[in-house]
Amino acid sequence: MIKVENLTKTFDERRAVDNISFEVGRGEIFAFLGPNGAGKTTTIKMLTTLLEPTSGKLELNGFDPIKDPGEVRKSFGIVFQDASLDTELTAYENMEIHAVLYGLSKDLYQKRIDELLFLVELADRRNDLVKDFSGGMKRRLEIARSLLHHPKVLFLDEPTLGLDPQTRNLLWNYIKDLNTKEGITVFLTTHYMEEADKMANRIAIIDHGKIVGSGTSAELKESTQTTSLEEAFLKLTGHSVREEGGENQMRQAARLWGGGNRR
Amino acid sequence: MKTIYILWQRQLKRYLRSKSRIVGSLGQPILFLLALGYGFGPVYSQAGGGNYIHFLAPGIVAMSILFTAIFSGIEVIWDKQFGFLKETLVAPVSRINIMIGRTLGGATVSVVQGLIVLILSMLFGFRPNSWGTLLALVIMFLIALLYTALGTAIASILEDMQGFQLIMNFLVMPSFFLSGALFPLRGLPKALTVVTRINPLTYGVDALRGSLTGIYQLSLSLDLIVLTSVSVIVLGVGSYLFTKIKA
Repeated sequence: MIKVENLTKTFDERRAVDNISFEVGRGEIFAFLGPNGAGKTTTIKMLTTLLEPTSGKLELNGFDPIKDPGEVRKSFGIVFQDASLDTELTAYENMEIHAVLYGLSKDLYQKRIDELLFLVELADRRNDLVKDFSGGMKRRLEIARSLLHHPKVLFLDEPTLGLDPQTRNLLWNYIKDLNTKEGITVFLTTHYMEEADKMANRIAIIDHGKIVGSGTSAELKESTQTTSLEEAFLKLTGHSVREEGGENQMRQAARLWGGGNRR
Repeated sequence: MKTIYILWQRQLKRYLRSKSRIVGSLGQPILFLLALGYGFGPVYSQAGGGNYIHFLAPGIVAMSILFTAIFSGIEVIWDKQFGFLKETLVAPVSRINIMIGRTLGGATVSVVQGLIVLILSMLFGFRPNSWGTLLALVIMFLIALLYTALGTAIASILEDMQGFQLIMNFLVMPSFFLSGALFPLRGLPKALTVVTRINPLTYGVDALRGSLTGIYQLSLSLDLIVLTSVSVIVLGVGSYLFTKIKA
């Protein structure tokens, strides 16, 4: 479903992604792990047509994100690391804009929106403004929205960041369910190792733009001779704390602003 | 087409829901009409200029369109910071359509705001030609389009709201004060004449005043030519910059 071959992305002199290759099969749940600034989000941006690679080959659902961005965009749904909802609109209106952008017809999307809102337990908040939603509700809405156009691949970039354990658990249950029932391929990143351990069929660990380990959770533990994925992760990526880049600072600033209350 | 429509609708919904923004942005036009209109009125008529409110009101309408339009364009920065922009950029639609939808939406909102100020100015004694109002609507829309596109173009380059004061003080305010919205263009010092003639808003204000009161200081055809061509250029540049936004 996803093919990445010798992918490299350089910003000025810095190699954010350095010659990585991996494949994700149809219906797989694939966890892409790494410390801050390791290159996870950059890789996702390249796969989702937001960024052009410096070199290397990419394929998603059989299409090339550079040559055929339209087809690639139709093939995936994404939940970004940061909220991407219009908080001045209602849950339904956010969904509706998405449906129209993806070219769904009205009688089709009206039904689908209600189904999905029901699925993420937001049916009763359908006509409420998103700015009154909690963090967990916003996340659920974003997941519902990303599924609206029946994507083949779902990208989840730290979807549970800043959520309480109850909400996290709930979200992963939805995602697992979708994966088994609808066969959606899931590509996720997270900092919670136990989530990756529980959810993913396969895991790749990236550090300084390079893949330093990949395989099932059991394989990773075995090859590093550790007993938990967290230990395996630390063994592969080291214990030093990473500097956060400018992008992260902007993200934090956006969060401080409340991520919703404009002005 | 549907993309353009839904994004146009989004701008309108956001505008209609922000009651405080609508009311808040009426404060300035009212203050100007009151302080300048009544304050300079006597001097103006003694100097043989006639009714100053009659002269001033179209300028104030143009001002509120200018402000609202620039803000609507600059909202792209908020969408950048709050993430909604990304949602549109990964969708299988062309960026040009996204830009058109937003810009038309922002322009519509600005025209509505301008109409509210026009009606308000009538409470202050302004009496527009009823027939001219139709032409005035077209001109209001042109002004709105021009400055929404300009706002979008600027927002496409800026990363955050840090540059906002710069835009206010070096672009928006001078555009307004040096447009002939407040004073007649005749008999100005040479340098000021040059500046007013370079400023596209001058032509917008003149056309708006002409259509509403029948008094042109330049000419309607010149106004329309300048407004239309500058709008086309800015829309082109704005669209180009918008398609180059990095997510």
